[in-house]
Amino acid sequence: MRGAIAQGSALFVAAVLAAVLFANARASAQALPGQALAFDRSKGNCLTCHDIKGGDSPGNLGPPLADMKARFPDRKELAAIVFDETKRNPQTVMPPFGRNLILTDGEIEAIVDFLYTR
Amino acid sequence: MRIFRASIVVTIMIAALVVAGARPAAAADSIDPDADFKAFRDYFTKLFPNVPLNDFVNGPYSMDAELRKQWEAIDDFPPYDFAVDRGKEMFATPFKNGKSYGDCFPDKGIGIRQNYPYFDDKTGEVITLELALNRCREANGEEPYSYVTDEMASLTAYMAFTSRGKPFDIKIPNDPRALAAYQNGEEYFYARRGQLNFSCASCHVQNPGNHIRTEVLAPALGIVAAMPIYRSEWNGMGTMSRRLVTCNSQVRGVPLKPQDELYRDVEYYLSYMSNGLPISGPGARP
Repeated sequence: MRGAIAQGSALFVAAVLAAVLFANARASAQALPGQALAFDRSKGNCLTCHDIKGGDSPGNLGPPLADMKARFPDRKELAAIVFDETKRNPQTVMPPFGRNLILTDGEIEAIVDFLYTR
Repeated sequence: MRIFRASIVVTIMIAALVVAGARPAAAADSIDPDADFKAFRDYFTKLFPNVPLNDFVNGPYSMDAELRKQWEAIDDFPPYDFAVDRGKEMFATPFKNGKSYGDCFPDKGIGIRQNYPYFDDKTGEVITLELALNRCREANGEEPYSYVTDEMASLTAYMAFTSRGKPFDIKIPNDPRALAAYQNGEEYFYARRGQLNFSCASCHVQNPGNHIRTEVLAPALGIVAAMPIYRSEWNGMGTMSRRLVTCNSQVRGVPLKPQDELYRDVEYYLSYMSNGLPISGPGARP
């Protein structure tokens, strides 16, 4: 009986811990704004190839990312390019950020939100 | 079967690149290094009509006037000088058995860099300068050097320095093994890899002269002529091996072992594509 209680409370502690950790992970993922994800070298790293207003030392393998809302009124299209542009253009050198698990779907949406402000 | 599969991959790859106009390719159904060579050279000379052919060996400096100015400013005291001096000293220092590097090479190893890599018909493999240097050491009872550290860079820097201006003279004998090595190297060069999904050609064929951040991408034509290089980014010298391994890591791929047969095949392919261009190494790069 005592054993069962001990086991039960251990489970409870583990569950609480997991919930806290999970909440933290969610919170930190949500806290990353699209701009931070777009500029982070291990995430979007968009500036390596694209000029974006507000970013330093951009490369020029890809076009400048400006007037995005006018150029891509359908946000699904923009998200699809970030997810895997090789689908549309097999010769692109743009990494397939979604397909190769560099960015999650949520992160891609956050980046699209940010790009719509440029 | 493996060859069959490989040739399908090459055919698809070449077809795709030809469609996009990105690939300086010859016919896909046979291995034809001469036709590849012509297509490759035409591609770069058409892309950069104002760059003199022999200037391609200067990599990013041939494509960017501002960078060139900075390079010319430091070239009075080039950062690879110490490596050349050290390599010269190593060449002059006998092994424990009394022999030295010069005994392993034609012309005592002076002015021969343009002939590497070559296909060795006895062993059926591509021999690069770096591999030949380590085999020389081992044949004389010395431990081989790491392919990515300063000793190897110093030796190859000195050998390149004594060969400056000599045109690449890479031969592909009419031997199915040599042709296969060439083809494997070509295939590796154009195949995408890594989490970033880049091939070597993504940068050095599709985007030479363009900027990755502030870095100017070097053209594949002549890219091997400047090896080894001093890179400010590395704070030191880098061998051809180091360059290949870091490229693979940068695209978040899994690098091969330095001097892996495939890396040697890539060097064979690229060097053949640079035939006729002068050795410019050792080079200095940002």
